[in-house]
Amino acid sequence: MVQINGKNEDIAGKNLRDYLHAANYDTRIIVVEINEKIIEKEQYQNTIIKDGDIIEIITFMGGGTMI
Amino acid sequence: MKNQFYVDSKTLPMNVLNKKHELETNPMSRSNHLEYLPDMEQIKSDIQSKVLKQVQNYNYSSYTTKNIKTALEHETCTIEDFKALLSPAAESFLEQMAQRASQETSKHFGNTIYLFTPLYIANYCENYCVYCGFNCYNDIKRMKLTYEQIEHEMKIISDSGMEEILILTGESHSKSDVKYIGTACKLAQKYFRNVGLEIYPVNVEDYKYLHECGADYVTIFQETYDSDRYEQLHLAGHKRVFLYRFEAQERALMAGMRGVGFSALLGLADFRRDALATALHVYYLQKKYPHAEFSLSCPRLRPIINNDKINPLDVGERQLCQILCAYRIFLPFVGITVSSRESASFRNGIVKIAATKISAGVSTGIGDHESKYNGKNVENFGDEQFEIADNRSFKKMYDDMTKEGLQPVLNDYLYV
Amino acid sequence: MENNDKLIIGNHEFNSRFILGSGKYSMKLIEAAIRDAGSEIITVAVRRANTKEHENIIDYIPKNVTLLPNTSGARDAKEAVRIAKLARELGCGNFIKIEIMKDSKYLLPDNYETIKATEILAAEGFIVMPYMYPDLNVARELVNVGAAAVMPLAAPIGSNKGLSTKDFIQILIDEIELPIIVDAGIGRPSQACEAMEMGAAAIMANTALATAGNLPIMASAFRQAIEAGRKAYLAGLGRVLIRGASASDPLTGFLHD
Repeated sequence: MVQINGKNEDIAGKNLRDYLHAANYDTRIIVVEINEKIIEKEQYQNTIIKDGDIIEIITFMGGGTMI
Repeated sequence: MKNQFYVDSKTLPMNVLNKKHELETNPMSRSNHLEYLPDMEQIKSDIQSKVLKQVQNYNYSSYTTKNIKTALEHETCTIEDFKALLSPAAESFLEQMAQRASQETSKHFGNTIYLFTPLYIANYCENYCVYCGFNCYNDIKRMKLTYEQIEHEMKIISDSGMEEILILTGESHSKSDVKYIGTACKLAQKYFRNVGLEIYPVNVEDYKYLHECGADYVTIFQETYDSDRYEQLHLAGHKRVFLYRFEAQERALMAGMRGVGFSALLGLADFRRDALATALHVYYLQKKYPHAEFSLSCPRLRPIINNDKINPLDVGERQLCQILCAYRIFLPFVGITVSSRESASFRNGIVKIAATKISAGVSTGIGDHESKYNGKNVENFGDEQFEIADNRSFKKMYDDMTKEGLQPVLNDYLYV
Repeated sequence: MENNDKLIIGNHEFNSRFILGSGKYSMKLIEAAIRDAGSEIITVAVRRANTKEHENIIDYIPKNVTLLPNTSGARDAKEAVRIAKLARELGCGNFIKIEIMKDSKYLLPDNYETIKATEILAAEGFIVMPYMYPDLNVARELVNVGAAAVMPLAAPIGSNKGLSTKDFIQILIDEIELPIIVDAGIGRPSQACEAMEMGAAAIMANTALATAGNLPIMASAFRQAIEAGRKAYLAGLGRVLIRGASASDPLTGFLHD
């Protein structure tokens, strides 16, 4: 099992680029962190998602402390 | 009008006299006053360039009545306001400035007035500062107190009721070395609650040592901030090095001293520029060392032994009062000390406006407290640095200040 | 405004002194808000991305506007540093506004953690703009550890209460050489104007606009108020007539010569 943005998903073994594409993320404006380590965009293709990984997919959003 | 500083003593040998004349008349014979000597520590600091830049660009005749009014209306006094308050145009606003200064003083200090006394422990000096009674070519009775004599003097002063002391020496590294001064501080701790120093500038390590010996306040007079004029007045000795002296307060703070004092000796150079520089020296150091305590004095030139003509030229009482008011308005939090060089009437007046600290029972001579305090005939003492104008005793000063409606404070200090 | 009166933050120059927050209103309104506010800096939060949503706030922000990501959500320095690094990786420059709250009731910034985060991020090359409770000692520490500006709060965030901390902000303005940007609590244009008259370098507002009846018009009102306050500050305020000041005895009667 892999945890992506807090949700469990069964995607271990997939390549990160393929997963992001399939899940419909806009890769221009996200940053991906696996186990608190930032993955550079050029490395998406070479990154294989492992069982137990905790993945955060982050973007900008309106707001600050109040939201 | 100029002061005639050079005085030849009949007792000087011909070769010494020749050397003296050479220094006075031939600038090439003097060392470079902008160069540190090998034993002088150089710290990294931008204070000096900040201060001197402001002073260079100060054109005090450009300020008008309007600038003074604006300055007096501002709640916080900016550098520009301060420049206006020091200008000739502000002289006709002296009463308003005094009213404002008085408000600031009472806001920060209430009605307190601190009393202290200076103790000169030696008058040997290796500098040739042409206006000073201690200068190495001046024929005066030299003396350095032994530790027993220091303690004896301290006891007499302490018995008079004084609790704060300022230890002074002439600037002689050989006759009054750091260890000698440190020992004096340790002795002072036995008799006084608060010990200050006014000695030659030293390196950080030495300030640390003196701090451990019990000194917590260091005062250094820059005399004048006009580097060219400084060069013409300090012809020989360690004191000749302008920048090393400028950085002394900062070195003292780096060494852990609690407070530092500043001053220009008014009458040596353009007094408005010197007053500006002195206050900015405090202003910028305060920004860098906000925990430190700062104090200002405002001495004017006085006659010395063998030269009774020396006087502060264009700095009259009104000008002095103007400077002190401007200091107070610009730097409401600093202590301001008024020297016994000034008359009793001036000092009585200025403590109600701007001053917060006043000396009493003053002698600028060496080892003569017993004769001055108790009327005992002391034969062996060293000559004075300058003539004082207010010779009130501690007791008289205490009573006079009380009569003026002020509360004399002997000490409110903690050594930590 | 005067062309030579720039707001300078970490070697970047700005003409506008109005920093816009982007919370609590729809993306559709952002373009109009920025336009009418005349802002050149807008703050954004860093959050988990959603799938199936191809609309991003970035697409609504004109390219010449500087993004100022904030670390909202961080509860300590470590979390703020992590968020800042994620924000930088998103590729919109080196600016970071530090917001660290340990307290969810009042949302007051934690000054101690803020100093720590500022030190770490400044050392890593960020242009750090810490949001803080106006405390002079903390502000001095922030200067020492490399902040590019200091952002004191005027009142509890979102309260629209105005300059509750006025005296303390004035002290920061007087003593700190970095730009002092008043953040949080400014609810009306008149309050923004007052802060600018005091010498604040810029104003940051969000809730005041987001909760206004008409956001773009309020944005433009703030813009004008901030410009007016700045002009008044540069011009030098006129005197306040103090009535009833009593003439006391002359203090300078003792002077000779």
